[in-house]
Amino acid sequence: MAQGATTIESASVKGATPFAVAPIDCDVHIAVPSMHALVPYLDDYWQEAVRTRGLDRHQMNVTGNAANAPISARPDWRPKSGAPGTDLEALRSQLLDPFGTKFAICNCVYGAQVLHNEDMAAALCRAVNDWIAREWLDREPRLRASIVVPLQNPQLAVEEIERRAGDKRFVQVLLPVMGEMTLGRRIYWPIYEAAERHGLAIGIHAGSSYRYAPSSVGWSSYQLEDYVLQSGAFENQLLSLIAEGVFAKYPALKVVFMEAGFMWLPAFLWRANKTWRGTRAETPWLKRPPAEIFRDHVRVTIQPIDEPPHPGQLERVLEHIGSDRVLLFSSDYPHWHFEGMNALPEAMSGVLAKKILLENALETYSRLGQAVSAKERR
Amino acid sequence: MNVTVRDRKSQAAAPAEVRQAVVDCDIHPATKSVQELFPFMAKRWQEHALTYGNHIRQGLADALAHPRMQPEVARADAWPPDGSIPGSDVAFMREQHLDGNGVEYGVLIPLGRSGASQRNIDYGIALCSAVNDWQLAKYCDFDKRFRASITVTQEDPAAAVAEIDKRAGDKRFVQVLLPPRTVEPLGRRRYRPVFEAAVRNKLPVGLHLGGVGGHPSTGSGYPSYYIEEHTSQVQTMQALVTSLVVEGVFEEFPSLQIVLIEGGFSWVPSLTWRLDKHWKKFKSEVPHLKRAPSEQVRRHFRFTTQPIEEPENPRHLRDIIEWVGVDRLMFSTDYPHWDFDDPRQALNNAGLSEAEKKKIFSGNAKAFYGLS
Repeated sequence: MAQGATTIESASVKGATPFAVAPIDCDVHIAVPSMHALVPYLDDYWQEAVRTRGLDRHQMNVTGNAANAPISARPDWRPKSGAPGTDLEALRSQLLDPFGTKFAICNCVYGAQVLHNEDMAAALCRAVNDWIAREWLDREPRLRASIVVPLQNPQLAVEEIERRAGDKRFVQVLLPVMGEMTLGRRIYWPIYEAAERHGLAIGIHAGSSYRYAPSSVGWSSYQLEDYVLQSGAFENQLLSLIAEGVFAKYPALKVVFMEAGFMWLPAFLWRANKTWRGTRAETPWLKRPPAEIFRDHVRVTIQPIDEPPHPGQLERVLEHIGSDRVLLFSSDYPHWHFEGMNALPEAMSGVLAKKILLENALETYSRLGQAVSAKERR
Repeated sequence: MNVTVRDRKSQAAAPAEVRQAVVDCDIHPATKSVQELFPFMAKRWQEHALTYGNHIRQGLADALAHPRMQPEVARADAWPPDGSIPGSDVAFMREQHLDGNGVEYGVLIPLGRSGASQRNIDYGIALCSAVNDWQLAKYCDFDKRFRASITVTQEDPAAAVAEIDKRAGDKRFVQVLLPPRTVEPLGRRRYRPVFEAAVRNKLPVGLHLGGVGGHPSTGSGYPSYYIEEHTSQVQTMQALVTSLVVEGVFEEFPSLQIVLIEGGFSWVPSLTWRLDKHWKKFKSEVPHLKRAPSEQVRRHFRFTTQPIEEPENPRHLRDIIEWVGVDRLMFSTDYPHWDFDDPRQALNNAGLSEAEKKKIFSGNAKAFYGLS
């Protein structure tokens, strides 16, 4: 890895990057170290509830995200103490500096989004967002973030979007891929309306509130299964958003799938197109094949890359996807999917690399586009 | 509308003489009414069928939870002359499908009146046994090209094993049939006796999409529309493969062979890449898993072709077929259902050689099911 070492060294000069252009990293994980970090951001009622109910004793980790599992943190990114993703200095020295990151979009996957009590969920989401703004965004200008919302109650979710939308450093709304209902359903449309109106993307991240089994075959035994089956959940939600007509209703809406994998896209789009041809009388508001709607509205972050075994297969899959506008660069920091700086496979080179690293993200996140001058884009 | 709904030119241009003998691995027989099964059911269960009927894990008792786009999910031209349910008139099926489409062997996949998803297990056992007798009497005795599938109640593995042992001696049964959507994922240990019985009797296990296991079609509940429900069967197949592989079913039964029916196959390469990738990180959670998931899928699974995914560029299908393996694919039509794949048109534009086509259309299935 002599060459890699040189690259990292030269990249650590401020502003340098080992990639073709300074990347926008569209999936970086920060974590709430404990409930105590949120207490200052809770109102009096919830501060008292934390004390009297012992809520600070609740670990708010979500199922399928075991902090000590190998996938949860790369060995060289794992902190000596505390949970992965809780240290801004580590994020700078391990990711932002060596990768020459232009912007990193922080996603805080937190237990508030899976609680049954909507009011508690809303209070904790408010606290998480204010904590993100103060403890991360205020301290590091390269960071951007997703607004964590209580999806359990769309009205409360919209209230949280309205509360934080004035802060342009929040660039999208964070939803888990598996919740109480399929995401295209009309009950969720006020969330999409608010997002479109404020120029926020809808970011859908791997994870479940486990209201149901992770798949239609029932409760699987292992976390490996739950992780692998996330991609199937994204397939379900993609077709839900399309079939229900979300993109017909909100034509400026962009949806970003994060930590979803992307090798599954071609086969799914082919199937969706074929089935639509046979069933389109059922959803007459769909005027175009699902694959076309997907390419106009949905973006997918690249890590984890579920690499094919043979050289050339990844190039074929990229051709099958049929658009160079779909993929967004991500490291999925601090998760362990790749070594060293190898976040971008060789198959993504030249013009495609620039699109994946920078241009596609600027197009997707209108708030980032406004923050980057035309000169910088070159 | 600027979408090519169907390429009628290629349909017209396909000359009749290129029609080849095919093995159809997915034909759906049907009863005209439940009484058709009564000769094969004890009096007690005949009365139960009329008095109580279906009792399954969904809101509608006697209809599909997502109404389809066509009556009886059928091709408009598959209704028999007397107006009875498509698939239920065996003479018409022979004329329209076996003779009309050059079917050399046809594997029956009975779905209606299925006992596999009944909550009343004893009624399920009675239905399964009756459906098994009925396939032989109505279809296999009528035309020697038909082969049958053993339907069983996987939720009572002991009863399923007894039914498999009872039927395996009749070589017209070519597989054990299970639904993918079950009360628990089929990889879990409670179902091992069913796979053990299949292996012991040298029978493959066929899994045709469907079943009512009580779990929503997605991890976020039930979808609204049939387009979603139909497509979600693909995610079901992905979860099924994941369960069977990760639970170590093939470590326990190294000779077990599985056929996935009507689940498509284009998703198989990406799923196996994903399983391999993350297995490496989760190895310490599943130490019982010795062989790479992709290797297990390659050795233990076959896939029927219908409904074939249709890439916008038909040549892309060629990549997928190479990655899955020509020897893993077995042709199927899904007759008499609406999304029928016509052997005259299916796989015409994927750039397959005649030798490869012959394998997919008949050779693979003949070797796999031992048809001769």
